[in-house]
Amino acid sequence: MNHSKTPFVILIFLLVFAGLALSWHRHITYNVPWLPGEQQQVWSVEARIEFVGENTPAIVSLAVPETQTGFERISEYTASPGYGLEFVERGGVRRAEWSVRLAQGKQVLYYRAEYAAKKMLQVKQASAQIVESKLLRGSGPHITVARTLLESAKKKSADEFTLTRELIREFNNQIEGVFLLEQHASREAWLVALLQQVGVASRRVSVLELEDGRRRSQLLDYLQVFSGDDYVLFDPFTGERNAESPVLMWEYHSQPALDVLGGRNSRLSFSVIEQKMPVGDLVVRQREMQSNLLDFSIHTLPLSEQALFKGILLIPIGVLVVCLLRILIGIRTAGTFMPVLIAISFIQTSLVTGLVGFVLIVGTGLLIRGYLSQLNLLLVARISAVIISVIILIALLAVLSYQLGLSEGLKISFFPMIILSWTIERMSILWEEEGGQEVLAQVGGSLFVAVITYALMMNEYVQHLTFNFLGLQLVIMAIVLILGTYTGYRLFELQRFYAMIKK
Amino acid sequence: MFAALPLLDPFSVFRRYKDMRSLGLLGMNQRNHKYIARYNARSLFPIVDNKLHTKELALEYRLTTPDLLGVIDNQHDASLLDRFICDKEGFCIKPAKGSGGKGILVIKACEQGRYQKTNGDWLELAAVQRHVSNILAGLFSLGGATDVAMIETLLVPSHALAKYSHHGVPDIRVIVFRGIPVMAMMRLACTESHGKANLHQGAIGVGLNIATGRAINAVQRDRCIERHPDTGVLLSELQVPRWHELLRLACSCHEICGLGYLGVDLVIDEREGPALLELNARPGLSIQIANNAGLLPRLRQIEAIKKPELWTVDKKIEFALAHFSR
Ligand SMILES: Nc1ncnc2c1ncn2[C@@H]1O[C@H](COP(=O)(O)OP(=O)(O)O)[C@@H](O)[C@H]1O
Ligand SMILES: [Mg+2]
Repeated sequence: MNHSKTPFVILIFLLVFAGLALSWHRHITYNVPWLPGEQQQVWSVEARIEFVGENTPAIVSLAVPETQTGFERISEYTASPGYGLEFVERGGVRRAEWSVRLAQGKQVLYYRAEYAAKKMLQVKQASAQIVESKLLRGSGPHITVARTLLESAKKKSADEFTLTRELIREFNNQIEGVFLLEQHASREAWLVALLQQVGVASRRVSVLELEDGRRRSQLLDYLQVFSGDDYVLFDPFTGERNAESPVLMWEYHSQPALDVLGGRNSRLSFSVIEQKMPVGDLVVRQREMQSNLLDFSIHTLPLSEQALFKGILLIPIGVLVVCLLRILIGIRTAGTFMPVLIAISFIQTSLVTGLVGFVLIVGTGLLIRGYLSQLNLLLVARISAVIISVIILIALLAVLSYQLGLSEGLKISFFPMIILSWTIERMSILWEEEGGQEVLAQVGGSLFVAVITYALMMNEYVQHLTFNFLGLQLVIMAIVLILGTYTGYRLFELQRFYAMIKK
Repeated sequence: MFAALPLLDPFSVFRRYKDMRSLGLLGMNQRNHKYIARYNARSLFPIVDNKLHTKELALEYRLTTPDLLGVIDNQHDASLLDRFICDKEGFCIKPAKGSGGKGILVIKACEQGRYQKTNGDWLELAAVQRHVSNILAGLFSLGGATDVAMIETLLVPSHALAKYSHHGVPDIRVIVFRGIPVMAMMRLACTESHGKANLHQGAIGVGLNIATGRAINAVQRDRCIERHPDTGVLLSELQVPRWHELLRLACSCHEICGLGYLGVDLVIDEREGPALLELNARPGLSIQIANNAGLLPRLRQIEAIKKPELWTVDKKIEFALAHFSR
């Protein structure tokens, strides 16, 4: 019955060797550093264009942002099989233009560019032209309203920027007047018209909010207001000068962001990923764009998939933690890998909200389950009832916390509900059979493991390593395999057999 | 809680680890990896994980085991329960896939449509039916899988043992490795364990000398005790009657199921003598605490033998008496 150990040892050796070799290759060839640090923040932005072809030739023209204040473009890349691509000048502005002889059915085009975030970088832009707007011509109640808004804003302002801020404030305060205005033109159009009226150069621009892991996001309309060579971006609804996340101007020449000729239902959406890159390495970047067999990095995938993988590649870390804690320490958890799922939802909900939410949901769920057990239901029906109660509970908690002004509470919906329901069911049986102490031990154990997993997954170094060195997954695999053959004692067994050792 | 603190001290951890190694204690990882995975073929698990299969097999080979009065496998039959039990003095209802004492209802007397549990409480027929319907729904089985309810005859503990157990029938666990009995303990229910004979629920474990069936050491919740906490009986005087018959029965259990690392649960019935309750493919480790001895040295001695499975029962028992007595 004795199995030879040699194949196993060879397998482990191969895994570790291959894993380290791949990582080394990436380190050397692509200059990816082992540790994050002294790094340049780089935003990868991917525009995805969708439209439905009409069996005619099609031309797609997309605005592409140049290097601008705060952001330096370091590379660009397109994927569009079957299409001819050209960068053309239109009105002195560079745009990407795809063309195809026959566009039939659903078409998808990608444009990807990378921008290094540089605080000190200042790029001058030609100020917007001042033209008299048609909106303010003639007369009527809306013109009067617009002029009053402008007058009261002017009184409270000192320069172009404060004027803009005050004007937006006025727009936010005079709800009825603005309602009247918005029947004639959009809020942004009025703002620009009014600013131009008093000689403030301004225009509408389309911006993209940069937030790591964003998928399918849309362009937002902002206001670009000039003062000489300087300019400031305003959110036309809040009047904030500095939005929470940085924004990249995507289109700023008063042209359409996307133009599709010979297609309908066109859609433009964006994915954003934040990356760290060694400072001296931005030039080499271009090379990475060409796919390479040995380049086992997910950086060759479309950005939206990369964003997904950034999370997925962390799961093995969680699995490893569970293995370690169960095999070496002997912690009991409710459901083997449930803690990993909980940890993943903690990433979305943030730790404190997640912990509070988990305890609330499981606690209340146990009470409800206690009542259900008196009804003498069949198992499937009972668990279904628990699932529905958990969902109602989550909805209630979300609404309640929102009413109380705790927008954090909304994130509670990220919890894996079916898993939670099973946990509740299992815990309540455990409660009946073994008593509350065992339930506390298992729930506590699960939360403990989840928090440790969460802490590791959120760690900057761990994220850097798993995302950049796919080879390390093989090493994790090897560790898990080795753990699987560990036959020593668990830490908790040392405690359990203590009575015997004492003698 | 504070007792766990020494575990944070690496030196104390190392010392304990070494002490446990020298005592030959079998740990969970080693049990799973070295013994269960190696000696218990997966395909044999269903025989022992389903008590109904075990019972059919035991009856087929004429091993002593409580008789099967009936099996209820659907909710409708649950209402016809009284047909199975109407004329019986006492009986026991259990889930076929249950473990750890879950869902076991022992009725020791019936009177005018009412049923008395071992702890003296009386149940209406409806309550018994509800219990059966819970079993069918999978309340007591692993992962909530649907289950069937078995009804078997009541075992009456031999009078030599009856005084040691407070409510409930005491059962004897024997670890049988490759057909040879290596270690045994008796499990006694008490108030703290709510009449259940499972150690992790607070029952008393009494280590037994494999040669004689006499008590060696007694523990409750991993701590040594001298007397039964409910009845005050001195546990060191415990002597299991008909011990050699019991060892033979344990050996035959290995022969019928083929599992190399096996836990056998037995009861000494007043009339029938040693009877088989159930078989276990993943027997627990606390038997070592009850015996105050590690399993490893004994298991290693057997591993050194070639094909002990083929020995006669007499030879196996002889080997156990010669090597594992205390
Ligand atoms: N037929 C029976 N008569 C009396 N008591 C029984 C009977 N069957 C089981 N028991 C009691 O239930 C306990 C557990 O039974 P067992 O069949 O070993 O189930 P489990 O797998 O849950 O341990 C036994 O220790 C014994 O006390
Ligand atoms: Mg048992």
